[in-house]
Amino acid sequence: MISFNLLIVVSLVYVAFLFLVAFAAERRAKRDRGQWLRNPLVYTLSLSIYCTAWTFYGAVGYAARSGFEYLTIYLGPTIVMIGWWLILRKLVRIGKTQRITSVADLISSRFGKSTALGVLVTVLAVVGTTPYIALQLQSVTQSLAVFAAAPGTGWDVTDFDGAAVWIAIGLAVFTLIFGTRNLDVNERHHGVVMAVAVEAVVKLCALVAVGIFVVWGMAGGVGEMLQRIDASAIAEWQPVPHRWVGLIFLSGAALLTLPRMFQVMVVENADEKHLATASWAFPLYVLTMSLFVVPIAVTGMDLLPEGSNPDLFVLTVPLATGNQGLAILSFLGGFSSATSMVIVATIALATMVSNHIIAPVWLSSTQKGAALSGDVRGVIVMSRRISIGVILALGYLYFRLSGGGAALASIGLVSFAGVVQVLPAMIAGIFWRGANRNGAGTGVVIGFAIWAWTLFLPSFGAGAVLSEAVMAEGPFGWGWLRPYALFGIAGLDPVVHTVFWSMLFNTAAVVTLSVLTFPNPMERLQGAQFVNVFENSAGARTWAQSAARAEDLLIMAQRIIGHAEAQEMFRQEAGAQGIDGYLPEVTPELIGRLERMLAGSVGAATAHAMVGQLTGSAAVSVEDLIAVADETAQIVEYSNRLEAKSAEQERTARALREANEKLTAISIQKDAFLSQISHELRTPMTSIRSFSEILREGEVDAEARARFAGIIHQESTRLTRLLDDLLDLSYLENGQVKLDLGQGRLADVLDRAVMAAGVSGDRLVLHRDTPREAVLIETDLERLTQVFINLIANAAKYCDADRPELTIRVLSDSETCQVDFIDNGTPLEADAQVLIFEKFSRLADESKAGGAGLGLAICRQIMESLGGGISYLPGQGGPAFRVTLRQGARMAAQ
Amino acid sequence: MTVPPAGTEPGRARVEYLERGTYRQRRYRDALRILPLFATVLFFLPLFWQWDGLPGVRPSIVIIYLFGLWLVLIGLTALISWLIRFEEPESGRPSGAAGAPEE
Repeated sequence: MISFNLLIVVSLVYVAFLFLVAFAAERRAKRDRGQWLRNPLVYTLSLSIYCTAWTFYGAVGYAARSGFEYLTIYLGPTIVMIGWWLILRKLVRIGKTQRITSVADLISSRFGKSTALGVLVTVLAVVGTTPYIALQLQSVTQSLAVFAAAPGTGWDVTDFDGAAVWIAIGLAVFTLIFGTRNLDVNERHHGVVMAVAVEAVVKLCALVAVGIFVVWGMAGGVGEMLQRIDASAIAEWQPVPHRWVGLIFLSGAALLTLPRMFQVMVVENADEKHLATASWAFPLYVLTMSLFVVPIAVTGMDLLPEGSNPDLFVLTVPLATGNQGLAILSFLGGFSSATSMVIVATIALATMVSNHIIAPVWLSSTQKGAALSGDVRGVIVMSRRISIGVILALGYLYFRLSGGGAALASIGLVSFAGVVQVLPAMIAGIFWRGANRNGAGTGVVIGFAIWAWTLFLPSFGAGAVLSEAVMAEGPFGWGWLRPYALFGIAGLDPVVHTVFWSMLFNTAAVVTLSVLTFPNPMERLQGAQFVNVFENSAGARTWAQSAARAEDLLIMAQRIIGHAEAQEMFRQEAGAQGIDGYLPEVTPELIGRLERMLAGSVGAATAHAMVGQLTGSAAVSVEDLIAVADETAQIVEYSNRLEAKSAEQERTARALREANEKLTAISIQKDAFLSQISHELRTPMTSIRSFSEILREGEVDAEARARFAGIIHQESTRLTRLLDDLLDLSYLENGQVKLDLGQGRLADVLDRAVMAAGVSGDRLVLHRDTPREAVLIETDLERLTQVFINLIANAAKYCDADRPELTIRVLSDSETCQVDFIDNGTPLEADAQVLIFEKFSRLADESKAGGAGLGLAICRQIMESLGGGISYLPGQGGPAFRVTLRQGARMAAQ
Repeated sequence: MTVPPAGTEPGRARVEYLERGTYRQRRYRDALRILPLFATVLFFLPLFWQWDGLPGVRPSIVIIYLFGLWLVLIGLTALISWLIRFEEPESGRPSGAAGAPEE
């Protein structure tokens, strides 16, 4: 028999070896910055803390009791690992870019850095994990007891509960030394990871060694072993469908949510590519771990007396067959499983407790300014050390209080069911931007409550916390609240029952409240960062989480409020502190002022978050924020540009449409003009040709010849005038006319016009207002005279009154000067008032007019080129025309 | 803030057709995504077996089926994970910027 002291010595040597490994790894990591440890093998082996003492010893017991159901505990994680591209890769990427330190940090960060959520998840994790730690302590003491119970060791079995104290203290020392040595930005613990990797190898070797011994050493080969299994009690086993499905789900979910798994898988991950290896290597590891479970169980059942504890077959089978070396190896395997789990779980929990409970409390209890002083590090390290001590003490306490009996055996699954309450919030958080804090918080609380009521509290044993009456009848006799049969559904296994109801209500709460309530800006920002992690981060970023540097603040401020403003502000701040240049000392005042200034641009919440990133614990890096801001700015700019472009295009289209309409109108006008002009030219040409033909015949008398020659002359004069007018109009219309600006009195211009029009007193009586005509004007006087002549001549020609009269009225003020020509003929019809200014428009019959109908068209062109206008003035009792001179054409009266 | 729908971002064209190597990489990723589904279904398969019959299901069959399937899945995952290149940006664009097209 093994001397118990030998066992103790072996254990101590092993522990010393682990210390050495951890120290060496730490030193090595310090020298080459952890490069040497960054390999997928170490990563995969560190994941093996999934296999705790519960699996090392318990799987065999599980197989002995429930056949192949123990495999569900490994199949779930296998499925999750195989699907690493879907979930794990995203978790790891988020963990890196957001520098996540724990599950609680992930949930809290995702949902707007909510302190309350952090506390909630931390409490859940501690409550769920403490019994699990107790389970590890129990397994080590039980395994010790196996050796002690052997005859000849002289140890009292009952003492071994006390041994748990020493194990707990030893674990605490190791964890304190390697878990809190460095307050690393990335929360990586090289020493711990290396020690865990070594322990992973030890426990695998131990179990495989026992398995090989059982299969080849005892049964005599694989075929014989299979026959023995077929002949054993395990042949009776049938899968219970809801347990099979429920436990595969539970274990898969636990792989993602167990604090210790999150620690090694996400936090300690050095390179995403390691996942690619772990995706097959970890399933291979657990496959190997579970391969020999059934053979060992079958052999144990055959070999050992009825009533032996199947949980300890891994130890007792080698012992019973006298293989003491194998037994010691097996003991070390179990010891490794237990210690590595406890160490990592304690570190993970201590990080949560110190970051989410102790640190916030300390920061809020101390006055402002403390957050920026150097003693924060010391406080956090200290709080972490205290947390480690407290958590291990809790585990030990739980172990002692629960009595370490069979009740502990089922605690593995109870613990799993507790921690998976984080799953809905986690999955929604990384895949659904709409998930918000209200949903996540409520979901976790509801799930936690259901788990506590239906599984955790009853797990203490009937009558321990919940009375047997409550278990059987429900609280206050409400049968639908019976812990093992919520809503009267009694057909489920308690664990599956809890997982089903808690997941259902948990997920429903996350979805419903997220749909119905609004997230705050920080949550939305974080949501985008998490869900779109692959789009926002090209790779893991390294942003030293140092205190805010003035330069960083300046860079950020420039991005938001503009270079000149930000530089000016910083220069002023530096000046006020008595520093030259643009970089002042970072003081709380400076930060406060900067935040307010930024708030003006991006809103208070975002400004707070942004400055918070630089000054405090960063979950979103500044680059991320800047990336978001840049992206937003780009989108806004693009949208503005697009809008401007579309408006511009619309304007262009409208202009084109108008131009087209104008061209069409002009084309029509041109056609009309051509037909009219040919008509106008043809009439005189016809008379000229006819009369010239008559004259050529020569058979006319002298009187007739003279008359005909007169007609020919008259018609050719008319043609000449028409052509002159046309030429004139064409020049005017094309703006080719050269204005000859000059100054003169309006009265003089009118006098000249009256004279030139050749109006005799008996044909037309003129009424003039001489005093008002004494206005000095500056314009092209010749052209203006031409307009006036035309108007006076028209009045003389067309006025149909018995005694034609023409009133010339001058209206002038400081701004404008208007000259009205009103005769006493018949006023024009409304449509004629517009038409009269068009080319070739004549109202009276042609013969009387004797012109081509271009007069008023020319007048209008002249007045427009002079900057004024001419219009028909209705309501004057007769045809009236108003000539408006250009503004400023009237000069101060002399 | 309004985000333009995927594929219409400013200055970023949605990549519709990829060159052969990139296309193959996408399909490897698809395979990795779908593999856990097959794994789940196949691991649930023993639930449909005839457990009650007189010969019943021998445990050795269960061992061979489950561990064999397990090994096949591990092999497939190892193969695909080995084939997958991490270097290729997620979105199929040089910078790995926003708006990952699926194809």
